[in-house]
Amino acid sequence: MARCLGSVNGVKGVSMAETAVKKERPKHLNLAQIRLPLPGYVSILHRVSGVGLFLCLPVLIALFGASLGSAEELECYRATMAYSVLGLPVVKLLLLGLLWAYLHHFCAGIRFLLLDMHVGVELPRARASAWVVMGVSLVLTVVLGVLTW
Amino acid sequence: MVKRLAVGAHYGLRDWLAQRVTATVMAIYTVYMVVRVLSLPAFDNAAWRVLMSGSFTKFASFLFALALFYHAWVGVRDIWMDYVKPLSVRLILHVMTLLALVGYAGWVATILWRL
Repeated sequence: MARCLGSVNGVKGVSMAETAVKKERPKHLNLAQIRLPLPGYVSILHRVSGVGLFLCLPVLIALFGASLGSAEELECYRATMAYSVLGLPVVKLLLLGLLWAYLHHFCAGIRFLLLDMHVGVELPRARASAWVVMGVSLVLTVVLGVLTW
Repeated sequence: MVKRLAVGAHYGLRDWLAQRVTATVMAIYTVYMVVRVLSLPAFDNAAWRVLMSGSFTKFASFLFALALFYHAWVGVRDIWMDYVKPLSVRLILHVMTLLALVGYAGWVATILWRL
């Protein structure tokens, strides 16, 4: 019926709505093939860094608590921080990774806040600010990492 | 005329705003704490303890923790909504996330007010 109406009345009304619903949309779900522009990487890294920080919250709170706890807890804190596997200070390296995650999330978040306020939404400026986010978060990670190592 | 289905719990705008307000609180606290830590007289545990024992720092730190946990709730819930389709699994994940975050808030409070 709808098809019939459509053919009589031209492309409008019910038939158009139906074709819009039934139309097969192309799916490009091969993650390895998708080439993201830099702002896309900033966006997905914002999510990845957020997940990493969330999952490590218990570790971070425990270390924070131990650093302010009794003498015993402080000893435990120091031993944990110094813990290494095959000469690699794995806890400190994890914290360095989380520092990067925090700083990336911080910088990318400020960029998103500015985009919300329509600052730098034009493509060249949005690309430039994505580079700034990547660069500043890495530089700050190195600087704060060296200062607090 | 297009008929729109009015679906959803209408928490979209509220959470969008909450995500930005909590982010701003955390950003200000972060800059404040980086400055305070870098201007400590010495980089040792005694100085760190004195810094965290200050009543304003305690208050600000707890506020930061609450902002962080609300921010994490909105962000993690969005991730579950994006990737987890079965409603029962999603509900369980939502509840577990909420319980964990409420527990963390209590944990941070005991750390701060033990000082």
